[in-house]
Amino acid sequence: MNAQNWIAYWTITEREIRRFLRIWGQSLVPSAITTSLYFIVFGGLIGNRIGSLHGFSYAQYITPGLVMLAVITNSYTNVSTSFYLSKFIRNIEEVLVSPATSTVILLGYITGGVIRGLLIGAVVILISLFFTHIVIAHFFIMLLVIVLSSALFSIFGFINALYADNFDQISIIPTFVLTPLTYLGGIFYSIEMLPSHWQIVSHFNPVLYMVNTFRYGMLGQSDVNVVGSIIVLSLVAVLSFCLAWILLEKGVGIRT
Amino acid sequence: MLALEIRDLRKIYSNNVEALKGVSLKVREGDFFALLGPNGAGKTTLIGIVTSLVNKTSGSVQIFGHDLDSQKSFAKSLIGLVPQEFNLAIFEKVENILLQQAGYYGISRSLAKQRAEKYLKKLDLWEKRESQVRELSSGMKRRLMFARAMMHEPKLLILDEPTAGVDLEIRRSMWSFIQGINREGVTIILTTHYLEEAENLCRNVAIIDHGEIIANTSVSDLLSTLQTESFVLFLAQPCAELPVIDDLVLRKIDDKTLEIDLKKTHSMNYVFEHLSANNIVVNSMRNKVNRLEEMFMLLTKNGRS
Repeated sequence: MNAQNWIAYWTITEREIRRFLRIWGQSLVPSAITTSLYFIVFGGLIGNRIGSLHGFSYAQYITPGLVMLAVITNSYTNVSTSFYLSKFIRNIEEVLVSPATSTVILLGYITGGVIRGLLIGAVVILISLFFTHIVIAHFFIMLLVIVLSSALFSIFGFINALYADNFDQISIIPTFVLTPLTYLGGIFYSIEMLPSHWQIVSHFNPVLYMVNTFRYGMLGQSDVNVVGSIIVLSLVAVLSFCLAWILLEKGVGIRT
Repeated sequence: MLALEIRDLRKIYSNNVEALKGVSLKVREGDFFALLGPNGAGKTTLIGIVTSLVNKTSGSVQIFGHDLDSQKSFAKSLIGLVPQEFNLAIFEKVENILLQQAGYYGISRSLAKQRAEKYLKKLDLWEKRESQVRELSSGMKRRLMFARAMMHEPKLLILDEPTAGVDLEIRRSMWSFIQGINREGVTIILTTHYLEEAENLCRNVAIIDHGEIIANTSVSDLLSTLQTESFVLFLAQPCAELPVIDDLVLRKIDDKTLEIDLKKTHSMNYVFEHLSANNIVVNSMRNKVNRLEEMFMLLTKNGRS
């Protein structure tokens, strides 16, 4: 990227960061509240009766999953809402008439989503400290998985916003796809607890790999192959980026 | 040098509506050019393609010799757009709108700040720089869109109905601003429904109708083709009986107002001589309709018949 593209990239990124910080009550606080509730209900009240899982208390075991749950939903929502809103009020035209390339536009939005993901991840980890003892086994794997997952879901949010014609269409995917996938992605349980056929089905859920790889980074325990998961996650992120780039270049949903 | 060269531009929308049927157009550098046409004629589509907001079906667009397909980024950096409808982020602060716009064009923050101050002051918005866009009046939002379009100091500025819905005072201040930047060498393409605006400001004009250019010439040449002009005459005294003057069509609107259709072959002196001979004293007069409007109506009506 040349200097001109760097400035354009940073302008979009900075605008995205300022946007979610300006609406912190909607963007950051809800995850903090729901995470606290999860810890009170599942970690404390129910978790004490469950006992330990793979040598960890239940509150410790669900912490990585709760972080990923918040990261995935926030990254997705950040980009889908912001981009669709720009389409809706048409200020996306400011960027479309400018020389900013599709790569720059896409990277700007994704970085905004990733930074919100990282911030919300930090908030959830901070809250978990009030409820359980946190150990960090592999910090860089944690960081890598958060960045890859939030980038991937930012791209999905971007593609959703490109196709969306109204506000309902940007809430359909989070409600009917994202939420079931995350809740069934091993946040609250180890897939070893499932009957064998459900274990097989679970392996088709991409969120399972993100949650477990992140759990490996945090607790050193995983139900899936960590290296394989990171490679697949990276490949899917690259392919999704290419798809979003092609759609943006063609002007799907933004140019008639 | 040509600021804009469009060759055989076609646009067929997904619903099979053919909005542009092979439009070719040239706008010279430094020109003040009017693009006129009735609603649905293809103006917005044409501007949309030039500003990369609409995908073309075929044809080519060159901005100062740079092809919009093969040299996209550079060609786009030469264009500024003031759109017809407000497209501002309403929760953003006025100054931030300008700084962001500069950023999209890769302009450094320090230069962007200088330009933001320059254009906010020029357009009388400096006091509002810390306000959110939603707090601005319609006129202020219009001026902010002008400032935004100028942040990267484009060589070609496209104004799509830039003064729609603003009061006369603001419209005049905008005219003065646009004329100023045109004098500095910026090529202006203007679409407007106020044909008086086009007649007063523009040197050259193209009229588009049903996706085709039906006239493309200088404003003065276009107006010189008018064969008849209508005037309204305001009389000093009531006129009891309508005088009969050879070759002239006179209509009585009320006792002290007449309308006259004047052929190009007749002079005003000829009219006044005959009116004086009939003891009719004219206090003042005006064109019945704007001359360009008359021409526009004539051309677009012909196009439809």
